[in-house]
Amino acid sequence: MKVRKNSGAAKWILIGISAVFLTVMLILPLIYVVFTAFEEGVGVFLTAVTDEYARKAVGLTLEVTVIAVFINTVFGIFASFCLTRFEFRGKKVLSAMIDLPFTVSPIIAGLIYVLTFGRQSALYPYLQGAGIKIIFAVPGIVLATIFVTFPFISRELIPVLNAQGTEEEEAAALMGANGFTIFRKITFPHIKWALLYGIVLCTARAMGEFGAVSVLSGHLRGKTNTMPLYIELLYQGYDFTGAFAVSSLLVCMAVMILILRSILEYQGKKDA
Amino acid sequence: MKRKNSKKKRVIPGFGLSLGITVTLMGIIVIIPLCSLVIFSARLSPSDFIATVTRPRVLSSYQVSFSTAFIAAVVDAVMGMILAWVLVRYDFPGKSVMNGMIELPFALPTAVAGISLTHLTTANGWVGSIFHRFGIEIAYTRLGITIALIFIGIPFVVRSVQPVLEKFDAQYEEAAHILGASRRQTVFRVILPEIAPSLIAGFTMSFARGLGEYGSVVFIAGNMPYETEIAPLMIMSELQEFDYASATSIALVMLAASFVILFVNAALQSRASKIVTGIA
Repeated sequence: MKVRKNSGAAKWILIGISAVFLTVMLILPLIYVVFTAFEEGVGVFLTAVTDEYARKAVGLTLEVTVIAVFINTVFGIFASFCLTRFEFRGKKVLSAMIDLPFTVSPIIAGLIYVLTFGRQSALYPYLQGAGIKIIFAVPGIVLATIFVTFPFISRELIPVLNAQGTEEEEAAALMGANGFTIFRKITFPHIKWALLYGIVLCTARAMGEFGAVSVLSGHLRGKTNTMPLYIELLYQGYDFTGAFAVSSLLVCMAVMILILRSILEYQGKKDA
Repeated sequence: MKRKNSKKKRVIPGFGLSLGITVTLMGIIVIIPLCSLVIFSARLSPSDFIATVTRPRVLSSYQVSFSTAFIAAVVDAVMGMILAWVLVRYDFPGKSVMNGMIELPFALPTAVAGISLTHLTTANGWVGSIFHRFGIEIAYTRLGITIALIFIGIPFVVRSVQPVLEKFDAQYEEAAHILGASRRQTVFRVILPEIAPSLIAGFTMSFARGLGEYGSVVFIAGNMPYETEIAPLMIMSELQEFDYASATSIALVMLAASFVILFVNAALQSRASKIVTGIA
């Protein structure tokens, strides 16, 4: 079907440009992180990543990520079900609002939580009365992470559910299946791969969030420092090897996520 | 079986539960915090607001943010277009690896990307030393900020153009070729108009994302006032001094800018779809 005669040269030039661009822009920074992390030997690397504060930062990051991904998964499933299975007033507004966190700068995301729960907020006296600390504490970090990753899962699910249509669920409902059975037997098998894919993306973003978390964290070593914040701290203290060593853990995570993503995409295509 | 605004019984159960959970979580996470921004802004005095957002240092931070994000989005649009084309139209060894790599900027934490790009591009870094010989400095200049933003924005363009290009039938190109169009005419008259909406959408997303980006930029920028200080950093430094009024004022301008960008995108999208479908 090839009608173009000159496509041979153009093809390899374009592939060449793409390969060079991706190598310089994407692969080189990755290799550099790993290279610098091990530059001073494995011993230095191990000392840096097993440091007490490093371990606490990893622990906090995992804790925050698990909570944020869990809440966003619940939200994503219900929101996508709600927006694709039912017609109601205000649906368009609701659907537009879900995507809002994508367009808001992470710094502004942090700012709005400071304004909501901080000292100048109307809620502050009540929160203080109840002894709840949100700003410059772990709950603030969790909230900011949820905000930043809010649309990730629902955005993966909505197109799949829209493409699937509602006939199967309607038939099941008319035959007397209850809501949970319908979801488990009909909806879930369709969205399985998209859901996993969304969870993977959401996990990556939640672990790596920097701007919003930076506003809301009190930057207390071992208490409110997540991995990206700890990296910043090391970097600003000119401990470059340490910063890159902790970074290399996040690089491993990113590479694993990309591999998982490819597998999930392949599985999803195979099922469909 | 779609009934608009129907008050009749819905066939599929679970409407109340799913809407309830959706709206509750949305309220806590998105709506209440945004409302508090609105409430807080209403308390700002207009003269203070104008004085804050027109301070020379703030104005220059807008200029830095807009110019670097714009140039980065243009580069991303061109490179993203080429990448999407290569990934859809050609077969070559390593294609699936290349395809899998596109999302790396989504998966890699921005702070990690930031410190790595900074070290690579300083005067004695792997890449920076080459450019340094020609008198070009990358790290701690606007060029460095632009490079970090190109990194962040590239997946938006590729992932926006790629699906459209996949659906675009090669028959159109063949028809154009048979009718005597040159390769160049085919690209500019047949292919580009078809993918323009998705290209604009990708450009808009990477531009909007670039305006707000903080993590990857803050390390490479050097943060010199009037030179390489970006607007999100201005908000951050006001916050660190607990000057919430100034931080909110600057943030409002940035928010307004991103809404304008999204609005222009929506307008261009509907215009482009009218051209393609031929409905005026």
